Formats: sequence, structure tokens, C-alpha cells
Amino acid sequence: MKIGVVTFPGSLDDRDAQRAARYAGAEAVPLWHADADLHGVDAVVLPGGFSYGDYLRCGAIARFAKVMDTLVEQAHNGLPVLGICNGFQVLCESHLLPGALTRNQHLHFIHRDQPLRIANNRTAWTTAYDEGQVITVPVKNGEGRYVADPATLDALEANGQVIAYYQGNPNGSMRDIAGITNERGNVVGIMPHPEHAIEDLCGPGTDGLGFFTSIVKALVS
Amino acid sequence: MMDTVKNAQATPDEEMPYADLGLREEEYASIRELLGRRPTAAELAMYSIMWSEHCSYKSSKVHLKQFSSIPKGNRMLVGMGENAGVVDVGEGLAVTFKVESHNHPSYVEPYQGAATGIGGIVRDILTMGARPVLVMDPLRFGDADHPDTLRVLPGIVAGIGGYGNCLGLPNVGGEVVFDPTYQGNPLVNALCLGVMPTDRIQLSAARGVGNVVVLLGAKTGRDGIGGVSVLASATFEADGPANRPAVQVGDPFTEKLLIEACLEIFDAKLVEGIQDLGGAGLTCALTETSAAGKSGMVAHLDRVPLREATMDPTEILASESQERMLAIVTPDNLPKVLAIAEKWGVIATAIGEVVEGDRLQILWHGEAVVDVVPGSLADDGPVYHRPMQRPADLDSLQSQALPAYPEATTELLLQMVASPNLCSRRWVVEQYDRIVMGNSVLAWPEDAGVVRLSEETGLGIALATDGNGRYTRLDPFAGAQLALAEAYRNVAATGAVPIAVTDCLNFGSPEDPEVMWQFAEATRGLAEACAYLETPVTGGNVSFYNSTAGTPINPTPVVGVLGLFDDVARRTPMGFQEEGATLLLLGDTADELGGSEWAWAMHRHLGGRPPRVDLAREKLLAEVLIAGSRDGMLDSAHDLSDGGLAQALVESCLDKGIGARVVLPAGLSPFVQLFSESAGRALVSVPRSEELRFTEMCSARGLPCTRIGVTDGTALAVQDVLTVGLDELRIAYEATLPALFG
Repeated sequence: MKIGVVTFPGSLDDRDAQRAARYAGAEAVPLWHADADLHGVDAVVLPGGFSYGDYLRCGAIARFAKVMDTLVEQAHNGLPVLGICNGFQVLCESHLLPGALTRNQHLHFIHRDQPLRIANNRTAWTTAYDEGQVITVPVKNGEGRYVADPATLDALEANGQVIAYYQGNPNGSMRDIAGITNERGNVVGIMPHPEHAIEDLCGPGTDGLGFFTSIVKALVS
Repeated sequence: MMDTVKNAQATPDEEMPYADLGLREEEYASIRELLGRRPTAAELAMYSIMWSEHCSYKSSKVHLKQFSSIPKGNRMLVGMGENAGVVDVGEGLAVTFKVESHNHPSYVEPYQGAATGIGGIVRDILTMGARPVLVMDPLRFGDADHPDTLRVLPGIVAGIGGYGNCLGLPNVGGEVVFDPTYQGNPLVNALCLGVMPTDRIQLSAARGVGNVVVLLGAKTGRDGIGGVSVLASATFEADGPANRPAVQVGDPFTEKLLIEACLEIFDAKLVEGIQDLGGAGLTCALTETSAAGKSGMVAHLDRVPLREATMDPTEILASESQERMLAIVTPDNLPKVLAIAEKWGVIATAIGEVVEGDRLQILWHGEAVVDVVPGSLADDGPVYHRPMQRPADLDSLQSQALPAYPEATTELLLQMVASPNLCSRRWVVEQYDRIVMGNSVLAWPEDAGVVRLSEETGLGIALATDGNGRYTRLDPFAGAQLALAEAYRNVAATGAVPIAVTDCLNFGSPEDPEVMWQFAEATRGLAEACAYLETPVTGGNVSFYNSTAGTPINPTPVVGVLGLFDDVARRTPMGFQEEGATLLLLGDTADELGGSEWAWAMHRHLGGRPPRVDLAREKLLAEVLIAGSRDGMLDSAHDLSDGGLAQALVESCLDKGIGARVVLPAGLSPFVQLFSESAGRALVSVPRSEELRFTEMCSARGLPCTRIGVTDGTALAVQDVLTVGLDELRIAYEATLPALFG
């Protein structure tokens, strides 16, 4: 079981995502932005950070990385992909997920432990949770406000593509959306950081580990 | 016409603008004497930079010597003098850490000043061979509701967050203090800690004739010219400075790439020496590497990649553009270094080489514009024994009576916890990433930041910074010792063993004899206390000229203490963990409210004496706290300092929402017991099952230990004194900063 974690220039939570993959029982495989080869991994995590400094729109440059050409193609063929924070932004810029992430409404970077309500436990990355379950994972971003046009938001909700809602909106995200999936359920983007809630010693408990155990279970079966 | 060495020889009498560059007449005379001719424009710029207060420590050197005589213990691998000290932490790992100031730039341009403060200290740590793993930021501002605080604070906080977050370094602690003494001169200190295998330590010396001098990182621009010689080494006038171009502009993305590239280069053992470019830029890096190696060096300034093609040699040498490093590389390794740099998208350029002899020659299109012995810049700078004088007002300050003590009431408690210096720092710290890298065990609001270094063994460190300008104003010797004692106590409260110190000494103008006296007293106090507590000073920074319109800031030594855990899993948090635990007050409480937060917050009163220092007691208390952690006897431990027992109770209650029922012992009035700031104390909660074992340990070791209540319910109740629900307490505690800063 191999979970690839892409490092772009400016990725920061890549080691954390690798650690989470290992804690869930997978082998973590570092992938490099300039290498189009996915090295036979079974799933990919696009980690948090500030790819290319995010001086332009977040994720806008990362989508043109060589690794993304392969990744987008394989995601369309069903490769499970999880984008966390900056990774979510890259997925939106790559049009693997609809909508966009913009500057937080209050204009500050915000880091806090954030309760989320799981709304879809049928994706490749969320089966370990119960629908309606409230989990706490850290949120930390400056541009994490999810936005989309009303029709897209309606469709996301009608199709059950919202995977998690904020309980207490930290950044002004429309309809309290914290994470979404594509129609097929293999590509998931989430703004908070499940990879930072995988052990009791560092971070607010182990609520985030389920994203990684979900994919390991999905890949085994 | 370019002012070359040849030209300088031909025109010996040409007047040079030394005074504009911050040099004094006699300093200029000794430059002429060292060179045997007048300096070129480029040389003059270099001397003005290297001999500035900021770079040369010319006023502080004679006092800082005391730190060198503190016994080093058996852990210090690199001491003062290099970019940062290095401490052996076992398991083949070493830690390097340092705190530095970026006060004046942050006043002029809050966001960039603070951001590049983080960037600069991170490169100091990287230069030693370490991967930076955390930052902390002790901050001091004017009055919380002053318009200038509103101008600078949001930008400074955003700048620290913007740079540190983008680098992926957790911000695990620091301080936010408000006092009108810092109005017009906020203190922005930045601390970084890094970790490395002990065999990866890098030094700055350039050696080996034929080795190549490689400039890595950002292009050089016109930003930051005059940063250290003018901005950091002079005081502000009343109308404030407008010297914005002297502030550098940060690019954390480039720094992140520079970090990764350098670490890969270090791991492959490809550099002979390395030096970061910070304050003083290329001037300092070329000078210090060649001076440290006692080598000759030739550098070609026309090879330096520029942001603006029209820059002249003097500007290139003086630029403080950020995110640059200078590496000394063998010709064989050069292609490998360039390849790693290219992989990370870092510009790398060979700009010179190590040569025979002992002269640093800097060329501009083949013509020498600098020809000096580098040691004359780095080591032969002026050293001053500045005149000192005890402040004329000190006796009257110390003999001032305190305001009449009030009754301790719920209302007083609510006022105190809502006051700017005691209220929640959530508005600030939520703008910092405190967990990236996945090793943050404790961060704000804990007593110290605790970070895991090894996932396998749990090896880790604790770090706390403290300082109290009011105490130090009232008694510089005691104030510096109290700063150390508090940081030491904070580290011990988490269960870590304190092992080393870094300090940032923020003072007024050294040309003011009263400031110089404060500095001498504070360094003497700190050196004595460091020796007693066996925590050697590994490095740090002096920041003078923190004064506005002739009024110096309260002397503010900020002391950072490093502690060590063999297993961070046994760390003690500061919040109560469960109901029914026994509350114990460790140490003695005396009537000590001179310089206290109560006197200040309620009466704007600064007078009397600060709390008494008892270093033996601090040591004993630390031993008990460490033993309590090691043997798993403690649920929580919280150091008592600003705001006294009342503040410690409030913070321990609010952390997890667990209340307390407190019964104060007979003797001192409830007000004094709750708000006195006597040092050498901590509040611990102990599970019932451990109470006897713990109290017996205290009495066996001779540490006073008073049972003052139990954890219970959802209120903080002090019998016959006050009762307040935690919800109400939380609102008072949390509301202040959001109301002020939005």
C-alpha cells in the first residue's frame, strides 16, 4: 500500500502527511513536483503549505507542475487524491474540484482547533467516520474561504459532495463548507488539516487519522 | 567616476562623508591609519557597517565578556562568537538557538520589519548546519489603546505570521507586553531553534587557497541600505523615522528554498564554510568568512546578480537584501553545489575565491574598489568603556510607596484578567501556525514551548522567553535575574531540565551614562545568575538606541532558556486536567507588589522594589517540578509571575474549563496572597493518589508546599473572597485584544 505525497517548492506539511500515511499503516512515498512519474502509488496526498510562495492565487502555479499532468489524468481514471489546505487550492485550480478558495473574510491567517461535522462518509477518504460525526482537527490558513456560485453550491449539497462542514465558521466559507469531493468520490479537498490530528502527543487528538485509515481500507478491499 | 583604490591613493585629501554614515571623527582617523590612506567610498561604507554598534558591539563588548567566564558545562559545542551557540542534546543530535532584535525596522515598516526579523534569525540558525524547527517572538508595544500601537501591532503580528507560516516553522511561544515606555520604539525580538546531527555543524571560516566563494539565494537589490549603521545604531527623534528604504523586504518562499537547498548541500558535505547575509549583507559575509579563516579573498562584485543593473559597488556591499547565503566550496564540489541549488530553484553564483595572503580585495570590473585586511573590519573595531552613572531618579523611584491595597474581590479579579498585559493572547497567536512539522507538544498558552526532536525516543526540548522592563527599571541587577529566573521556572514547570540561555538585551542609548549603568548592572546580574543556575549563555544580541526623543525605554533584557526532555511524553501542561485534584502552592509568598502588574494596571504606578531574587529557591523548585514530571506525579504545573496566584489560577482553570475551590491560608491578606508577584513559586495540581508522595518529596527536599484547595466545578471560588463562573471569567479574559485590534 503506497500513498504518495507531492512536494512542491514551498510545500510545508508534506512530512506531516507522510507521517499520517505511515501511522495509518501505509508506505509513504515522496513525490517531486518536477517528476511526472507517480512511482506506482495507490493514492496521492497534495499537502499543505505555500506552493511557489502563493504570491499569485494559491495553487495557481502548482497546477502547472509536471506531476499534476499525470495526477489529473489518473484522477479522472479513479486514482484517490486528497488535497489538504494548499492541496485543496491546487485541486480547485486544476479543476478536479469546483469552486475556489479566497482570502479569509476577516483577512487574518487563522490557526485553531476546529470542530467539523462529517457530511459524506462514502468517499475513498471518509469511510472511517459516521455521517454526522463531529471531529476536531486543526485549521490553519490565510486563504481558506470556500466560494462558488450558488448553482454550484446547490449542486454540491444536492449530490452529497460536501464531505465536511465547519461547526463555527473560521473564515467565512460559503455555507460553512470545509471540504468537498468530486462526483466519483475519489478526489477530496479539505481546508483543515487531518494529518495534524493523528496522535495524542502533538495536536488535538486522533480525529484526523480516519482520512488515512479510510484510504488504506479502501485500497486493501 | 568610480572611487577605486587607485583613485583613493591619487586623491588622498578628498573629503569623505563619514559622519553621514554614522562614523565618528576619531573612528574615521583610525580607518585612515589602518589603511595608510583614505578609504574608498566602498571601504568607508564597509567600515561604517562593521564598526556600527549593531555589528561591532563596541559599547557592550567589555560587559559581555562576563558571559564568557560562565562555566560552559559539558554540553556546549559552539559558544558565543559564531552565528549561534550549539548545545549537545544527546542521541547524536545538537541544538542551536538564538534570539535577536528587529526593533527599529519594525517601527518604520511593521510588516516587513517583523517578517525579516524572523527571516534573519532563521538564517543564523541555518548557517550553523541546523534545520530550523521552531520560532518564538517576544514582543513589546506601547499602551494597548495608543494609536501608534494600533498602527504597528497588527502589521508586526501579520509579518511574523506571514513569514514564519510560509517557512513552515511552528511558532510555539513568545510574549506580548504593553507599556508606554515602548511607544515609538516597539521591541520585536525573534528567536529560532534548529536541530542537526552533531557532525553537521558548519562554521564560517573561509579556508583553502583556490576554494570558490559562492553567493546563494535572492538577487541583491537596493533594499536595506543603511539598515545596521544608521537605522539600528541611532535613536529615533520625536517625529519618528521616515527611513523606509532602510528596511528590507522579505520573501519567505525564497528562504524556504534556500533552507532546503542548504540542508541538502550540508548533508552531502559540500561546503568548507558558510555565512548568512543579514544585517550588513555582503560586507559582513565577505569580511567575516575571510577574517575567521585568516585567509585572503578576492570577490568580483560585478558577478553578483542584481535586481537593478544600475547599482554601484558601495550599494551592493551595503545592501541588506534578504534570503542570501555565502558558501565556500572546493572547485571539485562546485558543480554539485550548483546542481542542488538549481534543483531547488535557488540562484547560485561563484563571485570570488580564497587566495594567498591576508587581504580582502573586492573588484568591480577588474579594478579594486576595496583592499583591506578583513580582520581590521571584523576585529579591530573600536571598543568603548562608556561612562556610567546610576540614574538620578532611582532612589526616589525605589522609595516610592505603593498605592493602598484594596480588598480582593471578584470585580478586581475580572479587571485584572481583562487588563492588556494579563488578558488572552489568542488574537495574536491564532495568526501563527503552531503545529506545522507535527512535533509541537506544547505551545501557547503553555508556560514554555515544547517540541519533539525524535519520534523514536521522544527526545525533545522546552523553550521559554521572559523579561520584565518594569522590574529592570527599578533594579537592573535584580530585573535581569528575575527574567532569567522566570524563563528557567517556565521551562522547569513543563518538566524539562534547563541547560542553556540566549538573551536579547534591549536598552536605550549607550551614550547615555544612566543607560550604560543599567546595562552594566543587568549583564552583571544575568552573568552571576546564569553561573549559579548552570545555564551558560550560548549567544544572543544587544539592541541599543531604543529611545525616542531622548527618553530611553525601560531596560528590557529578554532571556530565553532552553530545557531538555529525554521523553517529551512526560511533559506537564499548565491547565487543570481533572476534577478532584489537589491544588498545591509551591514556594513562599511575601508582600511583594513593587513593579507588579496590579500596581501598573490599576494605578499606572511604577515604584518600590521588584520581588526578591532567591536563586537557590529557583533551583530547588525546578528540581521538584522536574522530579514531579519524571515520576508522573503532576497533573499540571504553572509558574507564578505577572498577576501572581490569581492569574495562574485563572489560566489553569480556563485551559480545559475545570474550576477550582481555593482556601487561602491564614497570614497575609487575601489581596497580597492573590496578587503578589513573589518569585520562586508555582501552582501545581496533583491527583489525590499522588498527593502524599509529592508533598513528602517537597518536605524532604525543604520546599515549602501549601495545600490551597481542589479542582472542582465550573467556577473559580476563593473561600470568603471571591467567586466567578468560568464562562464570565473567559469573556473577561478573551475580549480585550479583539476589542482593540478587531
